[in-house]
Amino acid sequence: MPAGGRRSDDNPFPEVPNLSESKVLTMQEAVSRFVRDGDTVVLEGFTHLIPFAAGHEIIRQRRRDLALVRLTPDLLMDQMVAAGTARKLVFGWLGNPGVGSLHAVRRAVERAYPGPLEIEEYSHFGLLCRYQAAASGLPFFPLRGYRGTDLPRVNPHLKQVTCPFTGETLDAVSALHPDVAIVNAQRADSHGNTQIWGLVGAQREAAFAARRVIVVVEEVVPEDVVRADPNRTQIPSVVVDAVVEEPWSAHPSFVQGYYDRDNAAYLAWDRITRDPAELERYLDEWVHGLPDRAAYRARLGEATQNRLRPGPRLAGPVDYGDYR
Amino acid sequence: MVFAACREVRDGDCVFVGVGLPNLAVQLALRLHAPRCHLIYESGVFGARPVRLPISIGDPCLVSGAAQVLPMAETFLYFLQGGRTDLGFLGAAQIDRYGNLNTTVVGRDYDHPKVRLPGAGGAPDIALNARRTVVIARQDRRKFVERLDFRTTVGWAEGGTSREAMGAPGGGPARVITDLGVYGFDADTREMTLESVHPGVALEQVRDATGWDLRVSPSLGTTEAPDEAMLRLLREELDPDRIYLKG
Repeated sequence: MPAGGRRSDDNPFPEVPNLSESKVLTMQEAVSRFVRDGDTVVLEGFTHLIPFAAGHEIIRQRRRDLALVRLTPDLLMDQMVAAGTARKLVFGWLGNPGVGSLHAVRRAVERAYPGPLEIEEYSHFGLLCRYQAAASGLPFFPLRGYRGTDLPRVNPHLKQVTCPFTGETLDAVSALHPDVAIVNAQRADSHGNTQIWGLVGAQREAAFAARRVIVVVEEVVPEDVVRADPNRTQIPSVVVDAVVEEPWSAHPSFVQGYYDRDNAAYLAWDRITRDPAELERYLDEWVHGLPDRAAYRARLGEATQNRLRPGPRLAGPVDYGDYR
Repeated sequence: MVFAACREVRDGDCVFVGVGLPNLAVQLALRLHAPRCHLIYESGVFGARPVRLPISIGDPCLVSGAAQVLPMAETFLYFLQGGRTDLGFLGAAQIDRYGNLNTTVVGRDYDHPKVRLPGAGGAPDIALNARRTVVIARQDRRKFVERLDFRTTVGWAEGGTSREAMGAPGGGPARVITDLGVYGFDADTREMTLESVHPGVALEQVRDATGWDLRVSPSLGTTEAPDEAMLRLLREELDPDRIYLKG
């Protein structure tokens, strides 16, 4: 072949037909197939893309004895604890951000109501390092993090290790291999190549760390859409077991470019969670009483959805180049 | 509190911004004396330029127009542990005289707490690694305690050189700002020292709201009051709905 050029019909890599099958399932199927009683379940998404719809389906299918793992247990974890799905909560920061407490979780921790709840707490950084270790195939991850604090006194999983090069004493956390990770995203192709923009939180680390992965998206898009912009792919198909398409599945949290955080719902939760009977009514009305997210969305109503839709703010396209 | 916190921001600082009042203080500083400061949020945003007041540290308005969005792990690994943070703001349910903080439990029995608080979040790592930290808290005897129920976040540890001895890389607490006054820390003992009281606040009132024998600077002054322009910017532009400012 002459130097400096190659005709397209010389291409030694013709278009390869995609042989991997579609992983698109309904939420009901995905939870039923991949979430089991007693599992360690990571539900990630830091303020952004919180998997509310998946959590609600887990409640509906009455999963029990789950160890729920999340950097910031918020409304969703309050609901899942109140609904009796959890035996344990592993976390970094527990609260209704900007509003107050998670009263269902507090009732469980402070008064073992309606049952006891085991807790295991880290700093955000510590729990992130646990995901990072598992995702990287390491048994632990070193950090400077807990010196001078009481956290190691109450969490036996926080240990120390000596640096073999400098002799410095470092803190260490063990790898966390969840049975299941559930993460939300803007879009994925049917094989599970998943694209997120805006806050990416710990979704990628959690997905690589987990044995089984469910991705919940606003839209399933053709594979070409993903391949046109590979830098935006946070989670590759090879670690994904199920792709669920459910618009508005992160409400009342937000999805960058799709809908805003529903602050009114976070404020309203403060009233609901203070009263166990009120909370029970909420679960009956918004979780058990609805078959799926489409029904939730219909119940939410057009007016609320319109209030939360942002105006456009487009990024400029970039040129990846055509290297035939 | 917001104005005193705002004055702690220096132009060009990389500021690790927490939820609540620090959010407001930093937005104010950006519009006043520190237009070149970089706002970092633990949610994974560097160089945020929000066009509305963010409600939480993970508000979508922090992303639109930001200089960079990165995974949370990298925010902690590179910006905090990597030593790229000049200033961090912290809050607390309890604080002691050395600026150590409790945000975990009220009550000494961890397994049966009187009140279960949110926990650590990003605080221990901000406190450990930032070059300066500023604590913002309302002050009363339940918050300003002789002994913490739980030490979530280390300040000056047991005072003196104990913080350096444990190998904490950052610069430690520089200020505590409350609704009554502003504190620094003694350069040798590292004990919290009242440096100014807010206008209209009496020293006795501050002593009454402190759970230990309060150390007072010999040059105790009055906190500089905000001027009208600052107040207007805050009330009319930054927080017109009084999300953060009550009254």
